[in-house]
Amino acid sequence: MWMLLLVPFIGLLWVPFYNFTEPSLFGFPFFYWYQLAWVPISSLLVWLVYRSRTPDEAP
Amino acid sequence: MADQIEWVALSVFIFFFALVTVMGFFAARWKSGPVSEHLDEWGLGGRQFGTWITWFLVGGDFYTAYTVIAVPALVYAVGAYGFFALPYTIIVYPFVFAVMPMLWKQAHANGHVTAADVVQGNYNSRGLELAVAVTGMVATMPYIALQLIGMGVVIKAMGLTGELPIVAAFIILALYTYSSGLRAPALIAFVKDIMIYIVVLVAVVVVPAKLGGYGAVFSAANDAFTAKGGATGLILKPAQMLPYATLALGSALAAFMYPHTLTGIFASKSADTIRKNAILLPAYTLLLGLIALLGYMAYAAHIKVSTPNDVVPMLFKALFPSWFAGFAFSAIAIGALVPAAVMSIGAANLFTRNIWKSYVNPGISHAGEAAVAKIASLVVKVGALAFILLLPTQYALDLQLLGGLWILQTFPALVFGLFTRWFRAEGLLLGWAVGIGWGSWTAWSNGLKPLATLDIGGASYVFYVGLGALVLNIAVAAVATVIVGLISPNRTGATVRS
Repeated sequence: MWMLLLVPFIGLLWVPFYNFTEPSLFGFPFFYWYQLAWVPISSLLVWLVYRSRTPDEAP
Repeated sequence: MADQIEWVALSVFIFFFALVTVMGFFAARWKSGPVSEHLDEWGLGGRQFGTWITWFLVGGDFYTAYTVIAVPALVYAVGAYGFFALPYTIIVYPFVFAVMPMLWKQAHANGHVTAADVVQGNYNSRGLELAVAVTGMVATMPYIALQLIGMGVVIKAMGLTGELPIVAAFIILALYTYSSGLRAPALIAFVKDIMIYIVVLVAVVVVPAKLGGYGAVFSAANDAFTAKGGATGLILKPAQMLPYATLALGSALAAFMYPHTLTGIFASKSADTIRKNAILLPAYTLLLGLIALLGYMAYAAHIKVSTPNDVVPMLFKALFPSWFAGFAFSAIAIGALVPAAVMSIGAANLFTRNIWKSYVNPGISHAGEAAVAKIASLVVKVGALAFILLLPTQYALDLQLLGGLWILQTFPALVFGLFTRWFRAEGLLLGWAVGIGWGSWTAWSNGLKPLATLDIGGASYVFYVGLGALVLNIAVAAVATVIVGLISPNRTGATVRS
């Protein structure tokens, strides 16, 4: 599960993957909406890892 | 540019400024502990901030006023390349999730207040502790100065001239930080963040509606970049891709090495508070992405500015009624107060724990620590103010850029110790020195541009100098660790991990 934390790094740091204007969405070129879309996606990935881990022992 | 005083905007501004001033002084009693009797109280707000307070506090001091001014200014000036702040502030959170709870646990178990405390605890090396502490303080100073620049931009937009308003604002800030400690920015952050959310949500809905939609905004920006000769544009040129990615990665690794962000981490109630925040804080990143687009909206609105930093204030003045512009300017100015306060507290904690306690008065009491830190926070703020008033603005910008590169060099000392005890203090210290030396020299010889060039087999690669310095830093630390291990196999200094 912890590997999920690496996914945003791959999706955002490999720039040739998203350096395009088309397809655009609501007037946003692909470059912009793709990166904005990663905000909720990485939150979701971190949440999945959070859910799967064993909780801390009570303090 | 602004000749007459905008009275409506100014009145709104003064109202909100007065409100947060009262809150700042009142904060000493909020969730109150003995503020002057222990550094944990003054410098970390009692180590009790839960998920929501931490969310507002870290959101308030990581996404600074300067960000709101500078990111759209950069996007306005260079297009897609300026957008690297977005991937940077996305990938920082998986990193925070994986690393910062471990840092918190160590700090909590041992009563550590600063990054240098943690390093000293892990390596028992005064040299490494001093290196981390001094780097933190030096990197923070120009960052505080930048907050003043951000505040100055909006004050100027309301027609106030001269340096008196900014001096007055800063003295008020210094006084309530002195009396309330971290509780003041934590409480004010609620007001600041809610105001910024309102401003940005209104702006990203209303502005494109006035300008003909996002399609029109992007195409106006595209036309402007084409007319300028096409060196930059709506997407990255091939030569910009590697700088873009390395700037994003390097900035993300550096972000939570700064004293002000770490103060937010150490002040949280539990490791789980930090994990939840790694999931919730990206809401601010969405906001930042939308703020960045204000730079393009300026083209669609045909704003003329003398310097890119005026893009946001000019856009608001052109498109909004005076009272809302005043609200937006208050949000930005208050947005400068929160990070400036947390930064001065973070730097004061470093000075107190890792300079004063380590070298001047090792037997200092808890109340003594709090007293030293309070004075140090005043000195730090006066220093930043003098910096802005006496030196050219460009110095603050250049130093902040170098500060990012320097603070990144504390990464191995702080983070590696959480996972492995393999590295030796001597190696980490040498790596730190080489990273800072090579990085500063390279940035300096490139006219203070944050990029370095490497030629391999005829191809040349351009990348963020801070990240290059970090790689060099780690390599030197590893080699030196092996060599020191051969010379003296017994680790005299290292303590047993708790």
